[in-house]
Amino acid sequence: MSARPTSRLGDALAQVGACGLFLLQVLGAVPKSLRHFRETIRQIWFVGAMSLVIIMTCGLFVGAVLGLQLYDVLSRFGASAMSGTVVALALYRELGPVVTALLFAGRAGTSITAEIGLMRATDQLAAMEMMAVDPLAYVAAPRFIAGVVALPLLACVFNAMAILGAHAVCVSWLGLDGGTFWSNMTASVDVWTDVVNGVWKSVAFGAVCTLIATFNGYTTAPTSEGVAYATTRTVVFSSIATLALDFVMTAFLT
Amino acid sequence: MTQRRSYQVGTGLFILLGFAALAYLATQTTSVANFRQGESYTLKASFTNVGQLKLRAPVKIAGVRIGSVEAIDLDPAKLEASVRLAIDKKFDQLPDDSSAAIFTSGLLGDQYVGVQPGGSPDMFKDGDEFVLTQSSLQLEDLIGKFLVNGSPSPKPAESGDGSAKPPAPDQHQ
Repeated sequence: MSARPTSRLGDALAQVGACGLFLLQVLGAVPKSLRHFRETIRQIWFVGAMSLVIIMTCGLFVGAVLGLQLYDVLSRFGASAMSGTVVALALYRELGPVVTALLFAGRAGTSITAEIGLMRATDQLAAMEMMAVDPLAYVAAPRFIAGVVALPLLACVFNAMAILGAHAVCVSWLGLDGGTFWSNMTASVDVWTDVVNGVWKSVAFGAVCTLIATFNGYTTAPTSEGVAYATTRTVVFSSIATLALDFVMTAFLT
Repeated sequence: MTQRRSYQVGTGLFILLGFAALAYLATQTTSVANFRQGESYTLKASFTNVGQLKLRAPVKIAGVRIGSVEAIDLDPAKLEASVRLAIDKKFDQLPDDSSAAIFTSGLLGDQYVGVQPGGSPDMFKDGDEFVLTQSSLQLEDLIGKFLVNGSPSPKPAESGDGSAKPPAPDQHQ
């Protein structure tokens, strides 16, 4: 924002540093935000429950496509019976958390950024400070908590819908035996290494996505152009951060 | 006020739905689903080779699951694998001359213990041991035998193309 021309790398580093400091500030404001518990509930409603429709629809289609593709590919090796297993493993370990996080960044992250950005542009945040209401505790922290709580739940719903979609395609449409589908799945999928690790991933993605969204909103240039720019940046950075973090977490969790 | 109430209820429903989905995933689509087992009794069986048999592998009669493998150990005296099977209490009418064998489900599938019922009027009791057992079929041994003997088996060409489930592969193409 300063007029002094600095290198782009320096800018990027400064952004990352500011984002990290902002994370500490938000975490520090979490205990205080418990006084505004209603606001947290409202945010969970807004970023979580309102995202259900898109998550469920996308989950159904992702599962159906996975079932279709894997059935076709596995048939070439005579292993079409493993379709259910591969669908479940791919979903729980990778696709569920990642696709949910990407959808979440587009659906909820943008609206968080736009909302906070407009608050910044119209000086509502400054007004809160005037009234001795900490905007970090009243605006940022509830959204952060809501994202961390909502994304794992959304990912679970996504996975469940995707399994149903894959079941519909493989069993009801392509004629794979239902018992084979389920028994192979239950034989190879583990609760801790597959399901729970996926949940941990989505907790981390929820934290990262909402952190980036609130940070971008909070540091918006107070113009309409600034809000538009911040919203775009939220989607871009959330997606990059999600995919990069996914790689790192996969390397550590498996 | 009513609006506040409605989103609080909605949030509660959302959280409930999320946890219900997690519970569904964890209990219905993972190995936990196979773990669900009521009262069971134990039978023992010794095999000269258990192959790739794993703990919690199913025990089946006529393809129906009646229990699971509870423990696999080496019997130090006989140097044979001694396998402990937990059989569901429901299925306590097994003749005591039944035989146990280790099969593979499909060409590449997991191994399971198949029980072939006998005709004895006496039934297995808790802790009994199978007298008749048949070890796991080792694919390598078979291939070795086949190579050494060089005798043409009935259908040597068809064993490799994975046609374990004939109707499945090209049904929709």
